[in-house]
Amino acid sequence: MKKSQLLMFVGALLLGALYLFPLWKITLIAPQYPEPLGLNIHITHLSDGVQYNDVKNIDLLNHYIGMAHLPTEENVAKKEVKPFIEFTIFPIVIGVMIALGILVAFKGNKKWYLYWLIIMILLGIAGLTDFYLWLDTYGHNLDPNAILKITDKVTGKPMGYQPPFFGYKKLLNFEVYSYPALGAYFIAAGMALSFLAFITGKKETK
Amino acid sequence: MKTILKSIFAFLVTATFLVSCAPTEAGKETRGNAKGAISGSAAEKTYVAPGKYDSHYAFISGGFSGQLAVYGLPSGRLFRVIPVFSQDPEKGYGYNEETKPMLMTSHGFVPWGDSHHPDISQTNGTVDGRWVFINENNTPRIARISLKTFETEEIIEIPNSAGNHSSSFVTENSEYVVAGTRFAVPIPQRDISIKDYKGNFKASLSFLKIDKESGHMNIAFQIRMPGFNYDLSHPGRGKSHGWFFFSTYNTEEANTLLEVNASQNDKDYIAAINWKKIEEYVANGGGKKEPARYAHNLWNDDAHSATSTIEKQVLVVEPKDVPGAIYFLPTAKSPHGCDVDPTGEYIIGNGKLAAAMTVHSFTKMQKAIKDKAFDGDAYGIPIIKFEAVNYGVLDQPGLGPLHTEFDTRGNAYTTFFISSEVVKWNIKDLKVIDRHAVYYSVGHLMIPGGNSRTPDDKYLVAMNKITKDRYLPTGPEVCQSAQLFDISGEKMELLLDFPTIGEPHYAAGIAADKIMGKTTKIYKLSENKHPDAVKSEAETKVVRKGNEVHIYMSMIRSHFSPDNIEGVRAGDKVFFHITNLEQDYDVPHGFSMIGANTSELLVMPGRTATVIWEPKEVGVWPFYCTDFCSALHQEMQGYVRVSAKGANTPLTYTLDSDVPGAEEE
Repeated sequence: MKKSQLLMFVGALLLGALYLFPLWKITLIAPQYPEPLGLNIHITHLSDGVQYNDVKNIDLLNHYIGMAHLPTEENVAKKEVKPFIEFTIFPIVIGVMIALGILVAFKGNKKWYLYWLIIMILLGIAGLTDFYLWLDTYGHNLDPNAILKITDKVTGKPMGYQPPFFGYKKLLNFEVYSYPALGAYFIAAGMALSFLAFITGKKETK
Repeated sequence: MKTILKSIFAFLVTATFLVSCAPTEAGKETRGNAKGAISGSAAEKTYVAPGKYDSHYAFISGGFSGQLAVYGLPSGRLFRVIPVFSQDPEKGYGYNEETKPMLMTSHGFVPWGDSHHPDISQTNGTVDGRWVFINENNTPRIARISLKTFETEEIIEIPNSAGNHSSSFVTENSEYVVAGTRFAVPIPQRDISIKDYKGNFKASLSFLKIDKESGHMNIAFQIRMPGFNYDLSHPGRGKSHGWFFFSTYNTEEANTLLEVNASQNDKDYIAAINWKKIEEYVANGGGKKEPARYAHNLWNDDAHSATSTIEKQVLVVEPKDVPGAIYFLPTAKSPHGCDVDPTGEYIIGNGKLAAAMTVHSFTKMQKAIKDKAFDGDAYGIPIIKFEAVNYGVLDQPGLGPLHTEFDTRGNAYTTFFISSEVVKWNIKDLKVIDRHAVYYSVGHLMIPGGNSRTPDDKYLVAMNKITKDRYLPTGPEVCQSAQLFDISGEKMELLLDFPTIGEPHYAAGIAADKIMGKTTKIYKLSENKHPDAVKSEAETKVVRKGNEVHIYMSMIRSHFSPDNIEGVRAGDKVFFHITNLEQDYDVPHGFSMIGANTSELLVMPGRTATVIWEPKEVGVWPFYCTDFCSALHQEMQGYVRVSAKGANTPLTYTLDSDVPGAEEE
């Protein structure tokens, strides 16, 4: 096996980390939460980001502003919320990409490394767009009977609670931080390796 | 001119003299200065900035409040009062169905106790922060409190005992916690004349085995001692590990006007007990199982409930059956405290009425036993010759010595009740190093890790019986107090006064980092094994069983489920079994029902508690959450409709007009 093939192979395998580690993490700090609340977003589910029961505690706080329930297994089972279709699609897409990556690695064609990377970039953009839309929906699709209804001073419309897509945002008493988590770094590393495989492949053919 | 100057000078001198003598405000100021010459840095040394932590926990006995108070040092801030031997309506302790069994005794339900001497569990001679034990004097009991949950987990009654004062001290690996008898009594109790005290009244020294894992206590054996008054005790440590020392008074065996009649002997005794020897004797089948009746109350943290069991027998050991296990050490007049230094070599009797500190040597004691240097016996127990066991006497260091604690530098610190001071002295030299007034009439003192091989000797807390003018007055009943000293230097430095709850007898202190970080934050709902718990709103319901109505209710921000209940009838017995569904730190909910003849419930996250309400009047009666839980706390309320006896109002229970958990839409 050539060096480029090995790089591509490892790069594809790194995506497997997404089944173990979260892709994104939203952290909430407030005066009453000196130890922050955290929401880990995995490709298959949501998990506690900082402490035990964080997801449920965030869900509980959300009801004050009339936000929809989070798509946890329990909430879906109780029919509080529709299942989050991405949790079904994402693991399949990632699985397919790993398989493709391995195939590409065995084929050993440097161009295909690049194609794989381009597909990954397109999927990444699609994923991030989807994530943005999901946050937007959650932030604005509020229960008309919500306990707290606050009007945005600037727009005059009901205030939205869309968490930041990337970075920091102040939402009522919470300081909210939203950043890629460990899984995202594995994707980035996988993509970087595929690019490296492409470069190395070019040198090998010379 | 000179004459004028002279007379002005003379006038000034006289005036100054008069002013300084006058028992007026000026005098007060002088006394104020004498209040310990508080130096400028004292405030800095006790100031714990907002949001910062104290370096030590202090568990200070609540005395006749029956409870145990948790303070921070050096700030003196009160964090929590742990209910132990007395009902506490604030927390529902002893009122709700789950905790009522904790206060059961062989005499039935006792709502009050007199708590005395907290002591923290130890591993290898160092306080380990797992449990704190505390004794009850009036209805002899020992309690074990978890330092994870800061709740009372176990209370065991001590049979054949009265006035459990020389308790609840722990050996250096938490093998045993002990109980004693301050008032000798007929054993077994029987109808005899009080005048027949001498020889007929007996005392018990009880050794309670502590389970290494669970901490559960059981009375391993009880030593049947002569009817003296066993006042205080401490374990041997290091070289003297395996021994326990109890001070005695009233070796005269007087039964009336003890203040005179029990103060006749120049010397009383310290009883030295070789518990390892007795343990071995018992392990080999020694001792006699005697019938007894005593309550053993155990809290189950999974079931969120206590059970009370009446134990029926106790193993009794007669001293004569274990020769070489028990000796009496003559000690100056009616010793109170009986303290052992960190090395285990010195056993110190605080000679309350002799104004002398008797220092015995463990090494000498062993030699005396070997050489049989005895001076007769008392009820068959050898009395070691005073000279053969005594290391020395510190004579007249103050008036009314009560208790001694130690630092790691060979010094002892003794409280003097009558002369109202703490005296620092060197044990080896028997020389006083420093003395400091306290306000007023100090009883115990505490150095964190005091009853161990490794005192944490930066602070000393003196606990005073009288405060008189030290604080803003609050009518005839004023607070008792603690005073904090810095003992890291040669001289003791008074840093702080702070009031305490009840009477602060002994206290136990420990570095904060041995406890914080291990404390429980919530009870996991998934581990809640209370038979009446609900795990979700869908499980909440109301069930009638004859005239009993059981309401299985949940609480979560910011509502009860169900919150509208109908079909209860006057004369029913209504059980509210309430589970707090929260799984977030510091989100307790309370529950109170108008007309309930009991306390509120205060329910921690994940916990279940039960309160009984017996409605007598027809009407619609509200209940509400008592602990400000959230922004919608005021909205956390509900109603129970009570119909007339025999009415046929159907039993319904709803939340937001639906049966809880019913599918929406």
